[in-house]
Amino acid sequence: MSQQQSAAMTSAVNPASEAAPRQLNEFLTFRLGNEEYGIDILKVQEIRGYDNEAITQIANSPDFIKGVVNLRGIIVPIIDMRIKFRLGNAEYDQFTVVIILNVGGRVMGIVVDGVSDVISLDMEHVRPTPEFGSIIDTKYITGLGTIDERMLILVDIERLMASEDMGLVNQVLN
Amino acid sequence: MSADLEQFYEVFFEESSELLAEMEACLLGLDVNSPSTEDLNAIFRAAHSIKGGAGTFGFTDMTEMTHMLETLLDRLRKGELKVRSEMVDAFLRAGDVIKDQLAGHRGDGAADPIVVGEVSNELQRFSEESADVTAVDHVSNASQAVCIDELRQSAGIVAIERPAATENLQHAVYQIEFSTIGLSDESKENLFFNLKQQGSVEAHPQSVDNEVCRMYLTTSVPEEDIWETLAFAVNPAHLKIEKCTEVGGYQAGTFAVATTEAVNDSVPHIEAKPSSSAETDSAPYGFFSGAPAAPQEFVQQTQSESDQSSNAADQINSVASSNLNAKAVASVETNSIRVSIGKVDQMINLVGELVITQAMLAQTASEIDPVISEKLQSGMSHLERNTRDLQEAVMSIRMLPMSFVFSRYPRVVRDLAAKLNKKVELKTVGEGTELDKGLIEKIADPLTHLVRNSLDHGIELPEKRIAAGKLAKGTITLRAFQQGGSIVIEVGDDGAGLNREKILAKARERGLQVRDDMPDQEVWMLIFEAGFSTADKVTDVSGRGVGMDVVKRNIQSMGGRVEVNSVYGVGTRITIRLPLTLAILDGLSVTVGDQMFIVPLTYITESLQPSENDIRTISGRGRVVQVRGEYLPVIALYEAFNIRPKSTEIKDGILVILDADGHKAAMLVDELVGQHQVVIKSLESNYRRVHGVSGATIMGDGKVALILDTTGLVMSTQ
Repeated sequence: MSQQQSAAMTSAVNPASEAAPRQLNEFLTFRLGNEEYGIDILKVQEIRGYDNEAITQIANSPDFIKGVVNLRGIIVPIIDMRIKFRLGNAEYDQFTVVIILNVGGRVMGIVVDGVSDVISLDMEHVRPTPEFGSIIDTKYITGLGTIDERMLILVDIERLMASEDMGLVNQVLN
Repeated sequence: MSADLEQFYEVFFEESSELLAEMEACLLGLDVNSPSTEDLNAIFRAAHSIKGGAGTFGFTDMTEMTHMLETLLDRLRKGELKVRSEMVDAFLRAGDVIKDQLAGHRGDGAADPIVVGEVSNELQRFSEESADVTAVDHVSNASQAVCIDELRQSAGIVAIERPAATENLQHAVYQIEFSTIGLSDESKENLFFNLKQQGSVEAHPQSVDNEVCRMYLTTSVPEEDIWETLAFAVNPAHLKIEKCTEVGGYQAGTFAVATTEAVNDSVPHIEAKPSSSAETDSAPYGFFSGAPAAPQEFVQQTQSESDQSSNAADQINSVASSNLNAKAVASVETNSIRVSIGKVDQMINLVGELVITQAMLAQTASEIDPVISEKLQSGMSHLERNTRDLQEAVMSIRMLPMSFVFSRYPRVVRDLAAKLNKKVELKTVGEGTELDKGLIEKIADPLTHLVRNSLDHGIELPEKRIAAGKLAKGTITLRAFQQGGSIVIEVGDDGAGLNREKILAKARERGLQVRDDMPDQEVWMLIFEAGFSTADKVTDVSGRGVGMDVVKRNIQSMGGRVEVNSVYGVGTRITIRLPLTLAILDGLSVTVGDQMFIVPLTYITESLQPSENDIRTISGRGRVVQVRGEYLPVIALYEAFNIRPKSTEIKDGILVILDADGHKAAMLVDELVGQHQVVIKSLESNYRRVHGVSGATIMGDGKVALILDTTGLVMSTQ
């Protein structure tokens, strides 16, 4: 319950408002260390405050997997993206939030340094990714967007979360 | 018994509709040029399951249709025939026919007998395509007969739908007609002898030519039994049985047949039996004559063709509409609804949340001065009781007694035993054992397969049994009981047992990796391979090698296991182990460091505080503890889960003695907290499997606690 009380930032996110003539996609932007990332808003289920108390650790899991929480009756794993990508210090303060994602029918939470905004980007203005430059493997990056001189790294969160690197899914099916 | 079965009709209808939809989807997705065997297998399995269900409820028209489907599919599957787009079309049409037949049994419309005939003709033609050319004449005969047969049955639906009516021990007169082609004199005599045992036989007045034999039989035996007696000797495709005297669907049936047989037969049919008309005239006439009647078009057709008197037509009309009325009544009475498990699960989750919220409120309320909050307190205690009741009620939705499944089988066994000419008694034990509803629904199909297999392959013919020094009557035992955290369901027979050599030989033939020195257990498991069958010939009961792989797949998908025990000549027992429920578990909560774990109570034999003297080390590392003369390996949870415990010394902690399938171990924890009933949540639905953890649950404070995989932990020490 304490988890829900502290989830002051919980907000329902509306799906993309109307079909624009050009291809306008909406992205939720968040910070990891000094970098700014964007993910498809339709993959985001909700945003919650970070509550360390509510997390149950899982033994012998990689350090970026903080554990699991109870999200209204379902068990949801929590991944700290900052630890996974070694970006800045994984500090937990009042800005630290958990973005609950719903990708491919699976629900999971990622810990980030704070969400900034929801922005619309014209896909024409998205530039391809150079072959280096990010700790995230470029195959998980759909492109780079620009807003007010800031660079936004657009992540294909679905592919990333399903990838072997994350170890979230049983790779060997038995 | 028929009344018992009726409560499952709805389930069967739903299941069949689902299977049909699945079959259609597979068919539509099938690439005609290079059909995948997986798809063909899926279609085949769907048809097979529908057939099994239809057989259970005695819907013979559906059984026959699906059997034809299956025969053709089987040849496609084995690569004996090439898939062509016409075949897919035929399959789809057959699917539609089955859908119509299903609707017919539901009491809502009926299959068009003409379409049924066409489709079955077509299927027959495809499946006999590469057969001997000399048989062509015979084939067309056969398919015509089948077509007529189908007509008879679809028109006679009502009588099948109300088995009670046919089980009346009234004497009835049946007109029996069959082709004697291919029957030896000896078998004819045998047949007459059998018939005479069931009642008195009279020759049909305008009957006997060389190829077709007609007769009247007066008997109290239900029609199915006569059918079975005859079908044993005569090709069922050439066999017709019609009930003459009783009011009901069979009269209409006679007419429907008459239509297709067109000119020659229909008039004499009616006119030759004035006595029956007189009998049927009285009751229904006048009551329903104004009501609309679906079979009317047949009736009118018959009328125009045979130029019947209006009186007779009226009579038929009234009979037909009385059938319709009976159907309408039957379809109204459903007192259950089918709700998706997802919705029930959602309810269970919500109730779980409610209980947690209630506990939190109670905690807060108890801190308020009781003088001020007296009303609040009493309200809280009401709330507590109500939430508990609600939780129990919601949980109980999922639990059903095994009798729900077991009561399907007496009919299956009886019918099948009669068909196979075997004597079998079915014993059921432990019908009261409760099982999760999700599991109950899923276990029915595999169990049906197992029971049918036991009957067909296990139990021998009476003569054989007597020769082997057994009772002529075989026994099939269905047993359900709870053992630890699982429900065990056994299907046992005292039949021939599995033949090791035969299975190994068959496995080699199919190119499976086998050795002669394989342990029995592994040999028996070979029977679960896809397409594996040691039966010498394919019957409509079993022997196609489908089924056992479905059984295994279904049981595994439920998180269960199958075991086979068999002694050649003595019998076979197939044991299915299923988790008790997918939902709830009795557990002991323990803590290590600041983490809480749930240990399933069923694995715990005791817990104790060890004394230093009981603890020994093996080669300085592995620790064992002596408990009542036994040395048990110690599993330290803090090691297994990399947690910092309060103390690493065994003597400071508590040992929980676990017994998993006969293997024992002592688990070291810091403290015991309490006993709970916990709702099992899957870790894997959003995460992956974690070693040593079988699931998770949500505790009263909203935190997640992991449920230990006791078996896994214990086994890792062995």
